[in-house]
Amino acid sequence: MRYSALSIFLNGLRGNTAWKSAWRAPALKPHYDVIIVGGGGHGLATAYYLAKEFGIRNVAVLEKSYIGSGNVGRNTTIIRSNYLLPGNNPFYELSMKLWEGLEQDLNFNAMVSQRGVLNLFHSDAQCDAYTRRGNAMRLHGVDADLLDREQVREKLPFLNFENARFPIQGGLLQQRGGTVRHDGVAWGYARGADSMGVDIIQECEVTGIRRGNGKVIGVETSRGFVGCGKLALAVAGNSSQVAAMADMRLPIESHVLQAFVSEGLKPFIDCVVTFGAGHFYVSQSDKGGLVFGGDMDGYNSYAQRGNLATVEHVIEAGKAMIPALSRVRVLRSWGGIMDMSMDGSPIIDRTSIDNLYLNAGWCYGGFKATPASGFCFAHLIARNHAHAVTREMRLDRFERGYLIDEKGQGAQPNLH
Amino acid sequence: MASLIPCPHCGQRPKEEFTIKGEALARPAADASQEIWFEYVYLRDNPRGAYREYWHHTSGCRRWLVVSRDTATHEIEGVRDDAAREAAAE
Repeated sequence: MRYSALSIFLNGLRGNTAWKSAWRAPALKPHYDVIIVGGGGHGLATAYYLAKEFGIRNVAVLEKSYIGSGNVGRNTTIIRSNYLLPGNNPFYELSMKLWEGLEQDLNFNAMVSQRGVLNLFHSDAQCDAYTRRGNAMRLHGVDADLLDREQVREKLPFLNFENARFPIQGGLLQQRGGTVRHDGVAWGYARGADSMGVDIIQECEVTGIRRGNGKVIGVETSRGFVGCGKLALAVAGNSSQVAAMADMRLPIESHVLQAFVSEGLKPFIDCVVTFGAGHFYVSQSDKGGLVFGGDMDGYNSYAQRGNLATVEHVIEAGKAMIPALSRVRVLRSWGGIMDMSMDGSPIIDRTSIDNLYLNAGWCYGGFKATPASGFCFAHLIARNHAHAVTREMRLDRFERGYLIDEKGQGAQPNLH
Repeated sequence: MASLIPCPHCGQRPKEEFTIKGEALARPAADASQEIWFEYVYLRDNPRGAYREYWHHTSGCRRWLVVSRDTATHEIEGVRDDAAREAAAE
């Protein structure tokens, strides 16, 4: 069913009892051309673009829980393409362009809001770094504006400009950045993929990868064996676990990252703001709650919950940036398991097994990448060679020494 | 994560006193092959379950410890001084 103002009106007349499920609950077929493991944003987007752009419709998405139960529903909903390096920027800009047309494409309201992303800086050195980043973005055709202190003050007068250690000197603004309703993205892609014949199988956990003649022939699941022509992994924090089923070791560690939401407030912050002196970022949801996050907890974890010390740390950074937060109450906090790659950049690549494809290593930044990740992963699966914007996101770059050193944090994951 | 860490030198101490370094891997010899160094620097088992990692008791005895921990439940099974392993190996 196509959603429209008319469909809302007509369904309203019938007491909203005639809406159909947005996607089917199909039985598992014995064989698919492509099986995607992981019903998160990236897996569902991959299925959608495989069907829509590459005409491969005999596809299953296997999800061990319900779709959108992982990181796509746990992040802080920010989208941006303010990256520095040529290995990253065109990819995230492709993602931004897909976000801009997403709702029309999916016929689904994902509440894409280009309210702007502002990165504050606090020193001459940081100003230089952000000027360089802004120039790199503009050279890639991405919008970037350097705001001075007074321009930031006009936009966000309640920031602590006089912080003794970290006075705010200005900020780098990407106006096209913003926020998206994150679980709506999973639902929209699921509905779109399903309407083109993709089977979305929930409550179906992959427990093994069966191989024959050096190729993957199918997966063992909690509902039995399913054969496949190609197998694609998009399982975020569980990447190492699933890859181990095919005897692969990845350059990835799984860490917990927390996010928070406050009680609902009147309109207060009309863009996304990041604190340059600590690690803190905040935006305000359409319901009024402040959505914010900061550093990850800093230890390997598969538990989707965090530590009180990190909660205190994040909220201290927030109060240093916005003193008015001191009287705001936090409603909820939760954790997601990040697939932290060793250089802080993602992997979209083939593996040593011919028909096994890997999409992993998203670190802090998987959500904003969702559309381009799905598009490029589908391209890789369908055509068997990398899309131009992901050609540096190779699995073997660590061995060859071609890291994508965007954050300048080196190989030690505990520095992320 | 457990709130109290049983340090072998200081007894039960709050976890905020410690700094976590990462997996307790054996460092290869300086002249080991590039392949061995690549595995040491980049590749991880990243297990869900039993895990051993280096912790530094930064605000306590300042010793390097090896904490055995479960990455799914965060339960701590045991803590020992890293030097104990070296002493045992000699």
